[in-house]
Amino acid sequence: MTLLAAPAFQAPNLAYGRLSPLLIIFGVALVGVVVEAFAPRELRYQIQSLLALAGLVVAFISDVLVASSSPFSSSAGTGAFGGIEAQGAIAVDGPAMFVWGILLVMTLVSVLLVAERRLEGGLTAFAGQASALPGTEAEREASARGIEHTEVFPLVMFAVGGMMLFASANDFLTMFVGLEVFSLPLYLLCGLARRRRLISQEAAMKYFLLGAFSSAIFVYGIAMVYGFAGSFTFADVDNAISSRVGADGLLLLGMGLMGVGLLFKVSAAPFHSWTPDVYQGAPTAITAFMSACTKLAAFAALLRVFYVALGGARWDWQPVVWIVAIITMAVGSVIAITQTDIKRLLAYSTIAHTGFLLTAFAGAYQGTIVLTNQVSSLQAVLFYLVAYGFSSIGAFAVVTMVRDSSGEATHLSRWAGLGKESPVVAGAMALFLLSFAGIPLTSGFTSKWAVFTAAWEGGAWPLVIVAVVMSLVAAFFYIRIIVLMFFSDPVGEGPTVVLPSMLTSAVVTVGAAVTILLGVVPQPVLELARHAGEFVR
Amino acid sequence: MSPTPFLVLSALLFSIGAIGVLVRRNAIVVFMCIELMLNAGNLAFVSFARQVGNLDGQVAAFFVMVVAAAEVVVGLAIIVTIYRTRRSASVDDASLLKY
Repeated sequence: MTLLAAPAFQAPNLAYGRLSPLLIIFGVALVGVVVEAFAPRELRYQIQSLLALAGLVVAFISDVLVASSSPFSSSAGTGAFGGIEAQGAIAVDGPAMFVWGILLVMTLVSVLLVAERRLEGGLTAFAGQASALPGTEAEREASARGIEHTEVFPLVMFAVGGMMLFASANDFLTMFVGLEVFSLPLYLLCGLARRRRLISQEAAMKYFLLGAFSSAIFVYGIAMVYGFAGSFTFADVDNAISSRVGADGLLLLGMGLMGVGLLFKVSAAPFHSWTPDVYQGAPTAITAFMSACTKLAAFAALLRVFYVALGGARWDWQPVVWIVAIITMAVGSVIAITQTDIKRLLAYSTIAHTGFLLTAFAGAYQGTIVLTNQVSSLQAVLFYLVAYGFSSIGAFAVVTMVRDSSGEATHLSRWAGLGKESPVVAGAMALFLLSFAGIPLTSGFTSKWAVFTAAWEGGAWPLVIVAVVMSLVAAFFYIRIIVLMFFSDPVGEGPTVVLPSMLTSAVVTVGAAVTILLGVVPQPVLELARHAGEFVR
Repeated sequence: MSPTPFLVLSALLFSIGAIGVLVRRNAIVVFMCIELMLNAGNLAFVSFARQVGNLDGQVAAFFVMVVAAAEVVVGLAIIVTIYRTRRSASVDDASLLKY
């Protein structure tokens, strides 16, 4: 084909209105980079934090506007609404808009934690100067002069933008780009803790090497599926599977390799080993952000790939997901019992929750139009992630407040007798832990109920039985911490709860409020998730 | 021309990279092995693009290259920070976080 015969260039058709939440977030992130270059140092913290918060609020409003103005797609009866935009690259459908909105709200709450300054005596919890070696004169001078890395705000914005892209990608190439756009800022954020910089840097390196390894595997999986279907678009892959045109070996290989990449991101066993290390080493505000938002985005992408693109091959992947779900629940619940560090324990708890979510995924229950009080697997998973995300952010916010002279007191022995020191803080933590355990009247119970029902309806009842047993095992170590906080005597001088500023208090309050509200009146959010419908194809 | 030899080469490169990640101890070498895996993916992309007769795979190779370049920036920054702190880039030495 000669150049002359090439067709005239046609500009791609972008529906800017529909894509506005994404564009606003990336725009704000870029403005943040410019602010970092030009604004005077004293003003940067104020400008960056307000810019990030304002961007998130505006993006959320535009997401609500897009969602309320989206017509149902022409393929009526599938329960999907919205459409495929950006020349087939991004699906702006019900689940995508729901995930966008929740991601934006949870990021807003996390940014409040990131912006907290009172706990560290007037500075953020991030390294003053990441290039200064730990324990040197340069580091002390940087904190004495009050230098801060305000780049964390644009980095968080890039991360959430990448997550939104990842959750709504409609072809494998966009999905890969989204994956990297949210992973790369997170690798950096993990290594920026002000205290305990050695383990923070180590966490960053482990997360980076393992994350890059898994995304290389993901890329090779994409290449195999491309070889099978001859296209990156999910709908084309689905067509190729149902018409059985390609070589099955390529499909199976590609599916397996892509599964590894995605299961790594949701921290499912046996690809979970990075989770405890990274959750423990990263600055706690970033851990909170990751545990809520990364998980939501990664699950949305996992479900989209396996339901939309690979749904025709579900008999091939379902048995594997069953096994992964069982291993993940067992590893998360059992190993958590032996943990002595609160952040590490919460990391194993997050692995157990991934296992519970995978039961609904394995069930792959589509829901019926007739029975309107049933939720499909997708809707149950989304609801669970909303409930879990807010409890998790709240729990990590409490962790930032329990401190001693060396920073956060994360060892469990330091938590003994916390109930006597500060009944309110210990009570909030107890509420979050009860929610993780799935006690009635907390969001953990209603969300577990939703995913287990979806799994049961989808025929995965043996998984539900395993999940209930593992929930009981997990309840043991959650209750143990509550007993430790309220019924043990403090060791030595005991823990101290530092009074935080409005920001962290607001995060704990929001977390506790959502945990109780979703436990007592789950209907509005459940209804919203059900209204989001299914993925558009 | 059949793409099979190129796919075999790409599978070999991918395996060498994956084994390298698992057995090598220097963080820089581990990272180079990851780059090798990404390039194996690129080779598979262009071979399949030739086979199925569209340009999507070739475009994908460019995207992967750009992403790999961004990954180098972040990765080397992290590895250099670790090296400056510990005077060692061995992944075995970074073992404060365990169990």
